[in-house]
Amino acid sequence: MKQEKEAGYRLAVDIGGTFTDIVLETPQGFESGKVLTTPDRPEQGVINGVRMVLEKAKVAASQLDLVIHGTTLATNAIIERRGARTALITTQGFRDTLEFAFGHRFDQYDLELERPEPLVSRPLRFEAVERVAADGSVLLALDEASVRAVAARLREEKIESVAVCFLHAYRNGAHEKRVRDILADECPGLFVSLSHEVCPEIREYERTSTTAANAYVQPLMSTYLGKLSDALKELGVAAPLLMIMSSGSLTSVETARRLPIRLVESGPAGGAILAREVAKEIGADRSVALDMGGTTAKIIMLTDYEPRHARSMEVARAYRFLAGSGLPLRIPVIEMIEIGAGGGSIAHVDELGRIAVGPESAGSVPGPACYARGGTRPTVTDSDLLLGKLDPDNFAAGSMKLDTEKARQAAEEHVGKPAGISWADAAGGVCEIVDENMANATRVHAADAGEELESRVLIATGGAGPLHAARIAEKLGMATVVVPKAAGVGSAFGFLKAPIAYEAVHSQIMHLAKFDAAGANHVFADLRKEAEAVVRIASADRPLRERRFADMRYKGQGHELAVEIPARLYEAVDGAALAELFEAQYQKNYGRRIPNLTVEALTWTLVLSAVDETSTAAPLSVAAASQAKAIRHTRVFDAEMGDFVEAQVISREASPPGTTFHGPALVVEDQTTVWVPSSFDGRISPGGHVILERKG
Amino acid sequence: MSSQFQKIRNQVMWDRLISVVEEQARTLMRVAFSTVVREAGDLSAGVFNTKGDLLAQAVTGTPGHINSMARSIREFLKVFPSDTMKPGDVYMTNDPWRGTGHLFDFTVVTPTFHKGKLVAIFACTAHVADIGGNGPDPNSRDVFAEGLFLPIMPLVMQGEINQWLMKLLCANSREPEKLEGDVYALIASNEAGGKQLSSMMEEYKLGSLDDLSDHILSSSDKSMREAIAQLPKGTWSHKVTIDGFADPVEIAATLKIDGEKIYIDFSGTSAVSKYGINCPICYTDAYTSFGIKCLVAPRLANNAAVLARIVVTAPEGTIVNAPFPAPVTARALIGQMLPDVAFGCFEKAMPGQAPAEGTGASWSLRFGAGPGVTGPDAKGTKFLSQNFQSGGMGAHWKHDGIAATPYPSGVKAIAIEITEAMTPLVFWRKELRRDSGGAGFYRGGLGQTIEVGSREEEPFAIFARFQRVKYPAAGRGGGADGAAGTLHLASGAVVPPRGTQVIPTGERLVVEMPGGGGLGDPLKRDPQAVQRDVVMGYVSKESARDLYKVVLDAKGAVDDAATRAARGA
Repeated sequence: MKQEKEAGYRLAVDIGGTFTDIVLETPQGFESGKVLTTPDRPEQGVINGVRMVLEKAKVAASQLDLVIHGTTLATNAIIERRGARTALITTQGFRDTLEFAFGHRFDQYDLELERPEPLVSRPLRFEAVERVAADGSVLLALDEASVRAVAARLREEKIESVAVCFLHAYRNGAHEKRVRDILADECPGLFVSLSHEVCPEIREYERTSTTAANAYVQPLMSTYLGKLSDALKELGVAAPLLMIMSSGSLTSVETARRLPIRLVESGPAGGAILAREVAKEIGADRSVALDMGGTTAKIIMLTDYEPRHARSMEVARAYRFLAGSGLPLRIPVIEMIEIGAGGGSIAHVDELGRIAVGPESAGSVPGPACYARGGTRPTVTDSDLLLGKLDPDNFAAGSMKLDTEKARQAAEEHVGKPAGISWADAAGGVCEIVDENMANATRVHAADAGEELESRVLIATGGAGPLHAARIAEKLGMATVVVPKAAGVGSAFGFLKAPIAYEAVHSQIMHLAKFDAAGANHVFADLRKEAEAVVRIASADRPLRERRFADMRYKGQGHELAVEIPARLYEAVDGAALAELFEAQYQKNYGRRIPNLTVEALTWTLVLSAVDETSTAAPLSVAAASQAKAIRHTRVFDAEMGDFVEAQVISREASPPGTTFHGPALVVEDQTTVWVPSSFDGRISPGGHVILERKG
Repeated sequence: MSSQFQKIRNQVMWDRLISVVEEQARTLMRVAFSTVVREAGDLSAGVFNTKGDLLAQAVTGTPGHINSMARSIREFLKVFPSDTMKPGDVYMTNDPWRGTGHLFDFTVVTPTFHKGKLVAIFACTAHVADIGGNGPDPNSRDVFAEGLFLPIMPLVMQGEINQWLMKLLCANSREPEKLEGDVYALIASNEAGGKQLSSMMEEYKLGSLDDLSDHILSSSDKSMREAIAQLPKGTWSHKVTIDGFADPVEIAATLKIDGEKIYIDFSGTSAVSKYGINCPICYTDAYTSFGIKCLVAPRLANNAAVLARIVVTAPEGTIVNAPFPAPVTARALIGQMLPDVAFGCFEKAMPGQAPAEGTGASWSLRFGAGPGVTGPDAKGTKFLSQNFQSGGMGAHWKHDGIAATPYPSGVKAIAIEITEAMTPLVFWRKELRRDSGGAGFYRGGLGQTIEVGSREEEPFAIFARFQRVKYPAAGRGGGADGAAGTLHLASGAVVPPRGTQVIPTGERLVVEMPGGGGLGDPLKRDPQAVQRDVVMGYVSKESARDLYKVVLDAKGAVDDAATRAARGA
């Protein structure tokens, strides 16, 4: 990850639930640090960490050229319901949209299931008299008196933030805009989120949910970002502050304060960017990034070095971590699957006598049984220890001694006995199940995307990722696994490589058989204007690159495929060209085209980015090979063999680029351990990454 | 490899099989044309062994399909024995008695070959847009009038689509493009499943699924037997009266549990109706066994072994075992009420476990306009539209009933903006219906109120077929009944709940959907919970006072002394 051009001083800050990570990039190299997150005053932790890292690197705050920031504060505020006192204003007759949700049971057989409480409770959901039709025409003009009456109630209720979501506002946002003007007059200082600005897309529940979530986190995020900017200035930082969004792009603080919901998954987005950079460095144009931490694992697909993008996600899954039990958000995101599988995930035996792992996690308190902090239920980490993959005396750089006996008791008591198997098979089973869960999630994700997996490289990060990656690769038929260096502060590292970009979206149905070229050109001109206004704040006069996408489907279908389309002025004949692009993609995904049908486009997306001036390194050849020396040997369970094997233990620190070794082996370092099963060989790449290749 | 580890490996492959069918179902939703499939999930998907036993089903979808499809594969095997199946073959039917209960449901079956050998059968079902005949109108006198009937037949032969069959289908449908698209979607769905299965067999170097199939079925059977062993033994009966179509229908059920199996028999139930609300026994079986499984073994993966221990019977000629060629198009009206009847039996067998009655048969809103619907001289936009919506669920012994959510059907509501973008309809209101949940220690789920008109100066029609208008959802254990549903014009006139009703030009239709029944004594409900319901607007102040005997003071807080006095405690 050499930074050859623009070799300035750049700082990245990633606030996570437990730690705040800081990475400083200088012309001489990198410096990094980790401090505890200070949830009540997050800017305090940031400043502490920044000061620490600057001192370590002997760099003055005034020398910094750029500060890049990502944070999970918005996500956590939603999960923990710590957002602002928020109200919602809807079209008359529709204040319950948020509560009806999808109007279904997300688990077919579970009579006990409950829906999450809406972010805005019913007494704070108000209505305005107005109505826009599906084609954007006005059926009922906005009754301004009804809005002023609501404004009075907002004052009475001491509302801090309000979401406005009218039916069909994605086609015509005039009524929503007028409400903002009235509220500016009636309730000065009130935060206002308009649905056609936050999420200009059809389907009222998803749009309302997204807009309400934006309003819910806006006061918190806006205040925090204001304080952070001030604190950085006070520290002597004169450099601009840019924010990383869920889409993996950078944006200005102004945009982040207006659309804070777009920051929701910024941490994992940083991880995706790191994976992209590592993939570029080793020349792996198609890869899968796996980030397995303490409570969840995130899986991201990268094709031609780029992560897949999507426009919807779900936060705060509440009921048994089931899909459908959280809040839907329609925002640009790096597409990822998140499952409740991490080192702390707890194993048990279900009523079928089957081993089940997660989504419940032991977290850091009480933690896995082997931490000996009061945890008695077996976790994935306990199983890794019992299988020989963790060294009880050298865990977390030797800072904590692991209790093997406690892990064994937990595995025996809660898995072995109920399932009628030994504790060793129980531990093997727990790892096998959790690896299968991750492999399954990856498979489903790949199938959704119409992509195959076998030829991809698996890039593993997170505390637990490197222990499990090789087995998952075996399951997915993948031949290569990469564990990047600095995986411990991977997200912050990734921020430094993020492009300055913005994604603008507009929904407008167009039949390609009667392609309205002028209309499409008009849409894209507007989107370009919107995106450029944002990108220019952060990119000065660097050249810009524009990409366009259309969500298309056969007329009559309900789900669309996003297809990249050429970025230029269109003519009438381009309708057929766009339809062909769709049909080619459709055939790729679903095997055959459907005869006799016309194609329509629903949503138009423009992505504008400042051209990335960092160079892409060519695949680097391996330096002179030398065989790694084993520190010692240990017994480790190999799932593919179904038995324990004798494995060598290798120190990563003592293994320079070019070092090679054969599985079974453990490559140990301070933050993590890489498990190399019998079926893999390994080496250290010129960039210092551990690379595992399947034998034969 | 230890035999213990083999056991774990079997579990892993079983999990994989479930994810394979999940992918199969999602493919169907993504590429389907019929709105009720793509927006609402009215579909099912599953994989079977070569003997036709269901091994795994997708949790996406609707139970009326899946459990009836589980029976259907055996019918396909009678017509196409496994040794006659060839790679690239696809079969299909919409036979209500051999498929899933009415002509709208297409079941498509694809044998899957691995290394040249038949290893499994994939099947999926979807509710297609239109299949001709009188369609959803329950006034047909027999199944022949309800639409095109396709016996079990080849759809694709060794990779070649039967184009003449496609032409026949399209020629008989009012929505030929959607129908053709849906048939392609069903084929693609099974293909997606087959592809995933092959790669799993490759990974585990399996030549057949026989061992895995034995493992799944024997361990499921063991778990189901254990679940049943915990139930009381004996015989219990329950009888309900529901609205039916023209006349009320009585459904009588007798539950018998002998420690090994659960038997439920519908002797004493009303005879076949002359309207199309009759259930073929496959559909009766599907919803009854679904309801029982929810109560007895909700976490067990559904498959042939689990279903085999729930035996559903009914005398031929009753409305729940209608013989060919009875009209069956609206069989959901009866079929979706059956879990509540089974719950009534279970309430007697083991009090304090079954939920109260809910809306049952879904309050799906079917609208249309155009010649043949609103009159021969209709000038406005011609359309047919189905908008899934629902009343409330019954209260559960752990919490209040869920508002405006279907049970037993598993479909999603369809977005108002989607329906408005496809039709001239305008929805003026869709809100929770206050005081509709039956009072109780746990309150029934609220129904909802929907008000709808047209943008055009033209009438439109609703194809009404609603239950719980005369006979509301009953409470249990001292809980009150939920509110009955009603239909009326905004100007006041009552609209009949069943049959095609034309809403005159300029009028709006108001549909008030039923609430679920309550559970337990309302006078024992926590006054704070009642007060919260009043603040939320779920319960009126008057109902709090009259039904729950909770007195609120001027500020809306509970007046403890007055409440105690009112409750006589």
